[in-house]
Parts: sequence; C-alpha cells; structure tokens
Amino acid sequence: MSGPVTIRIQQDDFDVAREIAALTNARTDIGAVVSFSGICRGDEDNAKISALTLEHYPGMAEEEIQRHVDEAISRWPLDGITVIHRVGRITPGENIVLVVTASQHRQAAFQAAEFLMDYLKTSAPFWKKEESVAGTGWVEANTRDDQAAARWTKS
Amino acid sequence: MKVKYFAWVRERIGKAEETIEPPASVRTVEELIAWLSGRSEAYAYAFEKPKVIRAAIDHAHVKPNAAIAGAREIAFFPPMTGG
Repeated sequence: MSGPVTIRIQQDDFDVAREIAALTNARTDIGAVVSFSGICRGDEDNAKISALTLEHYPGMAEEEIQRHVDEAISRWPLDGITVIHRVGRITPGENIVLVVTASQHRQAAFQAAEFLMDYLKTSAPFWKKEESVAGTGWVEANTRDDQAAARWTKS
Repeated sequence: MKVKYFAWVRERIGKAEETIEPPASVRTVEELIAWLSGRSEAYAYAFEKPKVIRAAIDHAHVKPNAAIAGAREIAFFPPMTGG
C-alpha cells in the first residue's frame, strides 16, 4: 500500500474533515475516500441515554485494529487508512469512532471501511457502559454484529 | 502469569489485574476459568457463564481449549461492544 496508516485510541474528540484532509493532502492518485463516523445515540430501545463510557484493553486494542488494517490492505488496493476510537465518557451526539479509507476507486474504499467497522464491533477489545435514568449497565453484544463480521470470512 | 479483567468481569472480581500461579494441572483457558471460579464467590460470579467469557493470551484472541503454557498475560472479558 502506498499511503499512510493511522491508528489512534484517545479520549479527545476528532475532527472528521481534518482526518480526511490528512489522507488526501498533496495526493493526486486518490480517487475515493470513504469515512464512517460512529456517533453516540441519545436513546436505545426507547430508553434515554445520558452517556456511554468506553473501556478498552490498552495494547491489545491497538494490535487487534492493526491486524484488521493489515488484512484490509491485503484484500483491497488502498492508499490510506485512518482508524480512531475514543475511550472514556461520551455523551449523545459526540463521536465514538472514525474509519477513513482512501483508494483510487470507490469499491475498495467502501468495502474496506465496512470490513473494518464490522471487525471493530466484534473483535476489537472495547466495551460500552450505558448511563440512563434507570441506572448504569454494560451494553450487550449484538448477534447482528457477529453476522455482519462473518460475511467477510473467506470460504 | 499476569491476568487482566475487563468490563463486568473486572467489576465482579473487584480488580483489574493480578499475578497468579495456577497449579500445573491447569493447562487450558477453560481449566483456568474453572480454577479461578473456585477462589471466591466474586470469581464464581464473574465466571458463572463460562461460555460467555472471551479470553486473550498475549493480546490475541484464543479459544477455551487454548493452552496457557508460556503465556505472559491472559485477559478475560465479555463479548466486545466497541465501534
């Protein structure tokens, strides 16, 4: 791959436009950039959420994301990847996660972004705890996310 | 070996990490879960549904039958909910 790879886990918010520009600045070979932003919802199953707290496994989280970035690079012709995942307390409307993929053509960028998000959901060691008026509780894993990740498995 | 706990596994056990010395008869991840469960009610509560618990050895996901010999760090946690 002829482009930068950035993986960051941070408490601070990120600027989506700035992250896209960082991948495309001074390049004329990139024809497609896909960005996915995951944002904290204010309600879940009709219950109001006041905040999420994201916990992660330092060290493994970065390595697990890197493994999937490496796999994305081996599967699609990419010219740059940025993955940012926030940790700590996040309130509704705030960013949680960002995946940006750059390529010459859109198909590779779309597919790689979706692949990375599906694996971030199911195999990167992050856990969400929800705060609501009813109290706090850990978010349960979703079987739909497992199914979404499974479709990328090579048969 | 060092053991780390995350999310509700950490909360139920009441600590984020510790150093343990299981007996030689404890050879796999699932045997380690069973051995830890016998330490106290808190551990038993954390591991009450062993099939739900995920494990990693030295930062890589492993299955319950994975051997723990030579592991520097073993982590136990619930299914992941990031992204």
